[in-house]
Amino acid sequence: MSAPAITMDVRRVGETTAVVDIRGEVTAACEPVLMSAYEAAGGSATSRLVLNFGGLEYMNSGGIGMLVTLLVRANRQRQQLAAYGLSEHYREIFELTRLDEAITLSDSEESALHGVVR
Amino acid sequence: MTDTKGPDKVATADEIGLSAREAAAPPHAAAQAAPPHAAAQAAPPHAAAQAAPPHAAAQAAPPHAAAQAALPRDAASWARKVDRLEVDHRSGVRGTNVAGRRLTGPVQGLGKMWQKTYRMDAGSQITPEQAIATWREHFPEFWPKGNRFAGALTGINPGDVALLDLSIGGGVELSTGVFVLYADAESFTLMTPQGHMFAGWITFSAEREGDTTTVQALVLMRANDPLYEIAMTLGGHRKEDKFWAATLTALGRRLGLPDPRVETRSTCVDSKRQWRHSRNVWHNSMVRSVLQTVLAPLVGLSRLARGVKSQA
Repeated sequence: MSAPAITMDVRRVGETTAVVDIRGEVTAACEPVLMSAYEAAGGSATSRLVLNFGGLEYMNSGGIGMLVTLLVRANRQRQQLAAYGLSEHYREIFELTRLDEAITLSDSEESALHGVVR
Repeated sequence: MTDTKGPDKVATADEIGLSAREAAAPPHAAAQAAPPHAAAQAAPPHAAAQAAPPHAAAQAAPPHAAAQAALPRDAASWARKVDRLEVDHRSGVRGTNVAGRRLTGPVQGLGKMWQKTYRMDAGSQITPEQAIATWREHFPEFWPKGNRFAGALTGINPGDVALLDLSIGGGVELSTGVFVLYADAESFTLMTPQGHMFAGWITFSAEREGDTTTVQALVLMRANDPLYEIAMTLGGHRKEDKFWAATLTALGRRLGLPDPRVETRSTCVDSKRQWRHSRNVWHNSMVRSVLQTVLAPLVGLSRLARGVKSQA
């Protein structure tokens, strides 16, 4: 499997929320990067994990599958998963795959942090 | 689990009878196979610059070109958003239990969540693009006997809906379908509708690992409802494993492998069942297919009677 062309930086926002800034290509190959970011952002103290897709350049179906795996892990920890920064194209993919029923989509970071749905 | 051992020697594209399209499949085959507007969307930004000087491109560009250029390069590979499936008549299959259904992913299913991987070493002579081009073009031909896949004549393309008749024993066939969610030169993904045995998707892909090409089917699924969860536990998983192993073996033979071997791996990703989706059972295609089979003579008689009455 080729090396993933992606970076994920974790920011803590308050005591219980973390934001993961995703830049590059989301494919199955980036699972180790995403899971490392999840570990860095996770922990029992985190109740809300926000994915920032503002830097998303490419995503294939393997990437969507990887997000489902992340969702399972978050649910196991009773953590809420939210996302923002999706272009119209990627928002439609979330809707088509019905991932938007489990990952709250918002227009801005502020909305995502407060759980406001678009 | 069985070990995968690559063949020492495999046939060339000519020897195994690949079509010219399959043999020539370059990494950008998806863009070639896609409709003209899709290809335009998929073209990398530098392609236009190479093809024409900047002023020429600006003059020739249609009004919507700027909007298309803003789309990412995966845009042509994804199906357009649909709320409910629409189907065309396809000969050779019953074609029920698909029209009007919504798509279901692992989030919407009930049973435990499984990730199943079926992998096969395809040797060094076949490129990933050739393997996927062959798979996309001849997908139904690799299915085990007794099961029918009626897709579009042009092969597997994003947004297509294929109708399926699956043998479930006792002379009963389960009628359902799949939706082509994604397709590019190195992979394609099918997603299931309400009523299918499982909620999820199957990704078929090929990649180069060192000198050899590996082809893979990856299933990410939950049984759709309580009945299917019971059925999967009582042999359904085993049957599914055999199905995809047989499919990959048939693909391997088409690719010229003398002794295709498939490695199967199943992992329970989430052992929790999502009981809130119990009502998915309303759409259960197995129950509906049995009823449709049993009631078919009565429906036929009813239609015959109506025809006689209208003629009189």
